[in-house]
Amino acid sequence: MASRSPAAPKKTVLVTGSAGSLAKRVIARLHGKYKVIAVDFRHKVETDAGIPSYLVELHKRGFEDIFATHKIDAVIHIGRIFAHEKTRQQRYNANVLGCKRLLELCRKYKVGQVMIHSTYFVYGASAWNPALIDEDAPLKASEVTQDLVDSVELESLATIYLWKHPELNITILRPCNVLGPGVRNSMSILLSRKVAPVLLGFSPLMQFLHVDDMAEAMVVAFEANKPGIYNVAPDDYVPYQEAVSQCGCRRLPVLSVPPSLPKLVASMLNWNAFFPPYLINYFKYPVILDGSLFRDTFAWRPRRNLNDIFSYYRKQKLAAH
Amino acid sequence: MASLGSLDVKQRIAASLVTPEIEALVASIPKPLGSFGYDPWGYNEDTFKLALGAAKWLYDKYFRVTAHGLENIPSTGRVLIIGNHSGQLPMDGALVGVAAATNPHGPRLARAMIERFFPTVPWLGNFLNALGGVIGDPVNCAKMLDMDEAIIVFPEGVRGSGKLYAKRYQLQRFGNGFMHLSMTHRAPIVPVGIVGCEETMPAIANLAPIAKLLGLPYLPIVPSLLPLPARVYLNFGKPMHFSPAASETEVTEQVETVKAELRRLIQVGLEERTSLY
Repeated sequence: MASRSPAAPKKTVLVTGSAGSLAKRVIARLHGKYKVIAVDFRHKVETDAGIPSYLVELHKRGFEDIFATHKIDAVIHIGRIFAHEKTRQQRYNANVLGCKRLLELCRKYKVGQVMIHSTYFVYGASAWNPALIDEDAPLKASEVTQDLVDSVELESLATIYLWKHPELNITILRPCNVLGPGVRNSMSILLSRKVAPVLLGFSPLMQFLHVDDMAEAMVVAFEANKPGIYNVAPDDYVPYQEAVSQCGCRRLPVLSVPPSLPKLVASMLNWNAFFPPYLINYFKYPVILDGSLFRDTFAWRPRRNLNDIFSYYRKQKLAAH
Repeated sequence: MASLGSLDVKQRIAASLVTPEIEALVASIPKPLGSFGYDPWGYNEDTFKLALGAAKWLYDKYFRVTAHGLENIPSTGRVLIIGNHSGQLPMDGALVGVAAATNPHGPRLARAMIERFFPTVPWLGNFLNALGGVIGDPVNCAKMLDMDEAIIVFPEGVRGSGKLYAKRYQLQRFGNGFMHLSMTHRAPIVPVGIVGCEETMPAIANLAPIAKLLGLPYLPIVPSLLPLPARVYLNFGKPMHFSPAASETEVTEQVETVKAELRRLIQVGLEERTSLY
């Protein structure tokens, strides 16, 4: 990429999922240096002056108008519907078909750079997983559950475009668990609770990133623009049950055998938002990422450690008393 | 008060197992760990110390292990420790681990490759990981060798550990995986002939159909429920280096070289043994 002269016009970056805590942080870091356009499917986001904000669903026709109105140079696709938010069909439409439409629009309007926020869930949690999983490991999540099919398909789709359309400069990021103030993914909701379920006899190692570190990682990778697939994870590890204690949660032991039992308990008690039946395996077996490719390629290191991450959840509970 | 009492007992057991000697040994093993004391495979120093304390007692007092050639285990750098497998329970792996961890020529944390069904067993999977055990996946081995770790491999797998007493000290079929790892990652092989573990749990029959039903690799009929106190002899051979082979046939030939050396080391152990128990 040629370096821009001071007189060059600002690049326009469209960020999806702008109502979420990660996208908000990415937008805050890009704002000023770039012209940012915020898009969300949940609600119209209140943004700083100079940031146009749209409420639109990616797989609906209105989405194209944004591309027609603004000359978009780059897209950062963070917006995703979580499994506890809609039905499987609605999720598939929004996440997979929405992403396909986004990529097609990027081609049509000659967008020069696309960054896609994926998840470590795509690797699948299994007893046979090696540790330090590389980016080229097979994505086995759909073997574990149909509820992660959309995550895997979204990735496959993005990968096809990555190789077929190099002009899109696609970067796919697979972060480990992202936590921090405002984060509404299932792990963050779980650790915000006073009581957290744990599977008896299982405490898989996990990796955690602070949402501010993830936002910084995305901005660093965006500015460097080195297309490819990257795990984003620190080289620090903690067992799940230890993380639960560190976050000030009381442990609620759940019988782990036979394997169908905890799934049954989770669905009967409607723990869909924080301990969903389809994620049970991730609380049983570790999915440890090798994040060295990303760390070395972009000379990035997380600046907050595990204690910084957990202390937010601890303090949150103290404040509630 | 009851919980205070049990805490006290736990602390006392820990204090009696983790002697200053064990503390000093583990402290001298160079091992990078995360902020909560774990490595990517779940190894945890505190759990390791406890288990090493208990295993050291078994090593010294119960199995009265005699080890020769410990100077052959390099004190730093990647290495594959290759042994003959026996005794139904993985006692041989534990004893080789203790020998490496208490090596006067430079203590090492030697990682054992565990069976793939262990992670599915509650508590046991996490516990074995905390001791340094990992499932025998080639990706795990490759990553560990790249990090200059020492790995214990029994290439016979369950064919060796589950064999009957009648077949004692006969090497079963070896997988070639360890040789590929040694060649690709330029890791020397230190062979170890293990004598005595066959006599800890002599099996007269294997209830294969019931084992299959229970999802176990084998289910032996053994006269003793617990391992018998057989004397164990460990003979470590000189490091063997292998250059990349042109074909799988050549790899198999190199594996045969290791097997021949193992047979020789087993013979040394059998000859020095004066009594079984």
